[in-house]
Amino acid sequence: MIENLKNVEKLINSELTSKIQKSVIENQELLIEINELDLIEVIQFLKSNEKLKFKQLIDIAGVDYPDEEKRFQLVYLFLSHEYNNRIKLLIKFQSDQVINSITKIFPSANWMEREVFDMYGIKFKNHPDLRRILTDYGFKGHPLRKDFPLTGFNEVRYSEKEKKVIHEPVKLEQNYRNFDFESPWEGTNYIKKIKDREKNGKEN
Amino acid sequence: MVKKTKSLNLNFGPQHPAAHGVLRLILELDGEVVEKADPHIGLLHRGTEKLIEHKTYTQALPYFDRLDYVAPMNQEHAFALAAEKLLAIEVPIRAKYIRVIFCEIGRILSHILNVTTQALDVGALTPSLWGFEERETLMTFYERASGSRLHANYFRTGGVHQDIPLKLVEDIEKFCKSFPKIIDDLEALLTDNRIFKQRNVEIGIVTKQEALDHSFSGVMLRGSGIPWDLRKSQPYEIYKDLDFKVPVGKNGDCYDRYLCRIEEMRESVKIILQCIEKLPKGPVKSIDGKISPPNRADLKQSMEALIHHFKLFTEGYRVPSGNVYTAVEAPKGEFGVYLISDGSNKPYRCKIRAPGFSHLQAMDYLIRGHMLADVPAVLGSLDIVFGEVDR
Repeated sequence: MIENLKNVEKLINSELTSKIQKSVIENQELLIEINELDLIEVIQFLKSNEKLKFKQLIDIAGVDYPDEEKRFQLVYLFLSHEYNNRIKLLIKFQSDQVINSITKIFPSANWMEREVFDMYGIKFKNHPDLRRILTDYGFKGHPLRKDFPLTGFNEVRYSEKEKKVIHEPVKLEQNYRNFDFESPWEGTNYIKKIKDREKNGKEN
Repeated sequence: MVKKTKSLNLNFGPQHPAAHGVLRLILELDGEVVEKADPHIGLLHRGTEKLIEHKTYTQALPYFDRLDYVAPMNQEHAFALAAEKLLAIEVPIRAKYIRVIFCEIGRILSHILNVTTQALDVGALTPSLWGFEERETLMTFYERASGSRLHANYFRTGGVHQDIPLKLVEDIEKFCKSFPKIIDDLEALLTDNRIFKQRNVEIGIVTKQEALDHSFSGVMLRGSGIPWDLRKSQPYEIYKDLDFKVPVGKNGDCYDRYLCRIEEMRESVKIILQCIEKLPKGPVKSIDGKISPPNRADLKQSMEALIHHFKLFTEGYRVPSGNVYTAVEAPKGEFGVYLISDGSNKPYRCKIRAPGFSHLQAMDYLIRGHMLADVPAVLGSLDIVFGEVDR
């Protein structure tokens, strides 16, 4: 499996030399970072190359890093049935940038891009039908952005008086309590070191 | 003179028994032929991904039960595997077997529900009555292992919550011996049933190419003749050591998908029996005390255990930074979790890849040119559960 991935990495790096910004194999998974302008070209290459054949788009995941200059990331996950490989394609870009839609190459990207648009407000160029998908009709804001509060802004209820559903600002009896439990407590490293020592049988 | 006809817009759902939950489908009809279908989803959106970002890894797990609520443990499995991959910890062998047993029970649970409700949608009531009795038995197994019928919260990073009693293993075995007979009964009602065949054969045909383009997975892919099953092709846990077949369809229509599901139930029974036969003894969760909590008895005696218990249930454990994508073969298809950790005790981002999302997306393409009456049949064979589509 790992050998396979290394070959894929080598092939992609040699064919697309200038377009690859970073490529790593981490946790037995291949991640490739490219410039957002090369997106269409690279994906077309991944899909059509005889030795890769990443013919299925598994998912598109948005990520938000509000403190970074390039605020948003998109991760495209692909699967090749033929060669039994997976690949992750990463692009980073600023919040106001418009990204090329890949619906022409993968029809299934349609809803995935709509979801990203809904959740992060990232716009896609040449998307056939860029509407909100998961949130309510008439919803405002983009819930998965890190600056969107967990409790949201509006709540919905049925008003017996007005005989209709009304939207009003969230009123909570008790605010959401975000406890910060993090301590300098060491994680598993401590145990791992002991185990290694036992295994190696040296250093007491 | 040609009479001008106007196409009719029909609102299907969200409160429709054949919509399998809260699907709102806006259909454009020309007479009885569907010209366009526009599914509106999100009526069950609960913001699972947002909530997970605010919870520790232990607290995030129960949300996965609430996605595809007819096969809860399969979802938990994907998340547990993702966290384990980041933590690079080993799962004890007994826990692996228990996980597989319950995942396969989940598969049977889901397939019974799907097959029988699909039959219900096309007019057969009896299968659901027979099938649901078996589901109840299976959910009792869930209850006896985890304490609840549906929202199990049983898997943990590094294993499962607690060991299963011997009596439960015996009862599952008994069930596996008797269940194939029930599948036969269901098949006797449906497989050669004239009405069932008329409603399903050559309805909602998916070709190989289209199945790939539309990101189909699981039965939707296999029904179209692509022999792809993550349990075989990218084996996780102990699936490598088990002997089972992957049923593959031929025509890619609703009827083939029904046949695939029936066969998969038989294979699941075989897998469970093999697991029970091989079920080894030993611990059921990671022995790493910094990840899995100490057992109840130790809490009364050991200060160390008490401290660990407290820390694990308040702070939780920290996961090294990185990102992973793990996928399992859930009953409905490839269920994946893309997890990004920033090294803290909460996931930075957890993207859930639900198979139903891509399947429902293809609704428009599947139903175009079919009759209105085929809508429930196609919808039934897609195996949609709104918990996972809307997340």
